[in-house]
Amino acid sequence: MSHIFVEDLKKSFFVSERTSGVLSSIRGFVQRKTKEVYALKGVSFSLEQGELVGYIGPNGAGKSTTIKILSGILVPTSGKCIINGRTPWKDRIKHVGRIGVVFGQRTQLWWDLPVIESFDLLRDIYRVPNLEYTKTRDEMIDLLALESFLNTPVRQLSLGQRMRCDFAAAMLHRPDILFLDEPTIGLDAVSKLAVRKFIKTLNKAHQVTTILTTHDMDDIEALCERVIIIGGGEILCDGSLAKLRSQVSSRRYLKIHLANDDFLFQQEGVSIISKEGRTVTLAFDPIKISAASLIAHVTSKHEVEDLFVENPPIEEIVAELYANAES
Amino acid sequence: MNAYWSLFIARFALLLQYRTAALAGVATQFFWGFVKVMVLEAFFTHTTSAQPITFRETVAYIWLGQAFLFAVVPWGGDKDIQELIRSGAVGYDLLRPTDLYNFWLTRALALRTAPIILRAVPLLCITAFVFPLVGIGQWSLTFSPSFAAFIAFVISFIGAILLSSALTMLFTVSMMWTISGDGVNNFLPPLIIVFSGMIVPLPLFPEWLKPLLNALPFSGLVDKPFRLFTGNLPFNSLPSVLLHQAFWILVFIILGRLLVNRGVKKLVIQGG
Repeated sequence: MSHIFVEDLKKSFFVSERTSGVLSSIRGFVQRKTKEVYALKGVSFSLEQGELVGYIGPNGAGKSTTIKILSGILVPTSGKCIINGRTPWKDRIKHVGRIGVVFGQRTQLWWDLPVIESFDLLRDIYRVPNLEYTKTRDEMIDLLALESFLNTPVRQLSLGQRMRCDFAAAMLHRPDILFLDEPTIGLDAVSKLAVRKFIKTLNKAHQVTTILTTHDMDDIEALCERVIIIGGGEILCDGSLAKLRSQVSSRRYLKIHLANDDFLFQQEGVSIISKEGRTVTLAFDPIKISAASLIAHVTSKHEVEDLFVENPPIEEIVAELYANAES
Repeated sequence: MNAYWSLFIARFALLLQYRTAALAGVATQFFWGFVKVMVLEAFFTHTTSAQPITFRETVAYIWLGQAFLFAVVPWGGDKDIQELIRSGAVGYDLLRPTDLYNFWLTRALALRTAPIILRAVPLLCITAFVFPLVGIGQWSLTFSPSFAAFIAFVISFIGAILLSSALTMLFTVSMMWTISGDGVNNFLPPLIIVFSGMIVPLPLFPEWLKPLLNALPFSGLVDKPFRLFTGNLPFNSLPSVLLHQAFWILVFIILGRLLVNRGVKKLVIQGG
């Protein structure tokens, strides 16, 4: 039995429609038009214990809606979801006692309370035994380097500090599932790295099953072996990063630093993407021409100082996938 | 420690921080108290018929009302929760392994009890002990005529706090339907203030209106506990007062729970 099992999950909202103009606003008093909008059109996936999955998609794709249903906050229109053997929205209180959630755009700490008091309050709310609580808390303080601002009220923390505290708060009751909704949003490079390291540690050391939504592809490349891409309420792709790459395009890049300025090159299946001074970037399809023969070809005609082959950045792949889904 | 208890303590401690607001509030309550006392003094000196409540009892009734104004009158919903609902942050409250209604009721209880320390204690001390010293003894708060009356007041006052908190919850929960809580928050409290006896003590209302006023839940907030304090209501009417309060507390809690459960099912969390 998988740890998280989701089948054909659908969620629709009714949105009232109003056209512009005074007349139609007046008409709105009498007759109101509503439109059913599907945030999720049937989403299915399953996760094993200890998996760390990136859940990505453009704004409005249904990422947050999925996370909210999985964490028991929202009731779906239809579909099945079994987590730890329970249906989240039917068994909310038991369910939420076993999961941890971090929303990057909100905080779960009490705005006016010092961090440590927020932690103590969470201990009581989750009914964590004192010994276990102290152990977990100290471990989190250590892992996330919270010591220096434990007695500061949450409202006075910087975003990076607050996010780290939020992570600690989500782990105090030792959940075995973690939902992270854009946890690195707005963070500086140092905090991002700290957060990534923390997620990795939790996943590896404690076998915490994690779903991570993000717009930061570096997060995905650093953390996730598996990605699920959602667009327009449907799953577009589910698999490893390599599979995702091959599904969208097999294109690769060859970057060359030339020894002199002139560069004349023509070859089928190869195009020049950019040429800045002595640096030239070529795009090629490895099915039509292998990297080795392309390099041999280039070096036979030109004097080359340096060259390397690159995969297209993940952003590009994702953008292409989103564009395909929309058309 | 119990989850609800520590939540209550945290909330209570937080509310005690608003000392300047409370001080300003106490000044306002003195002002209104004086206005009411003087108006009623004029009434009592010129009335020709016997009244169902004496002037001394009325003065005590008024000062108790001014002291416990924010404890017993549900002035509106919990602003913080209404903001959580409006902004969608209410999601985090649903992530707690606690019953949502109890979670919020705990906060409402703190909201209603914190003003007792901040506002009631200074106001009661001044009206009871300082007034006679500065020569306005006729306007001072007289203590309960008997220990039994005082005990009856304390017990029924706890009932009033519970009733006021359960009502506060109805205000709070209405936000799940209206998005802006201002409508309910502005419309209902004036009615509650009048029908509870906060403006004019209920015994001074017309006879024909009294059965209705006594049956409505609001008399359990102000009128009944305060009349038990002054001895205007005898000690042996305590059971019926408690029964009246218990009935309405139960009604409001059941209604509130129903609304919370329905609200959670239809919840739409907007944005992010």
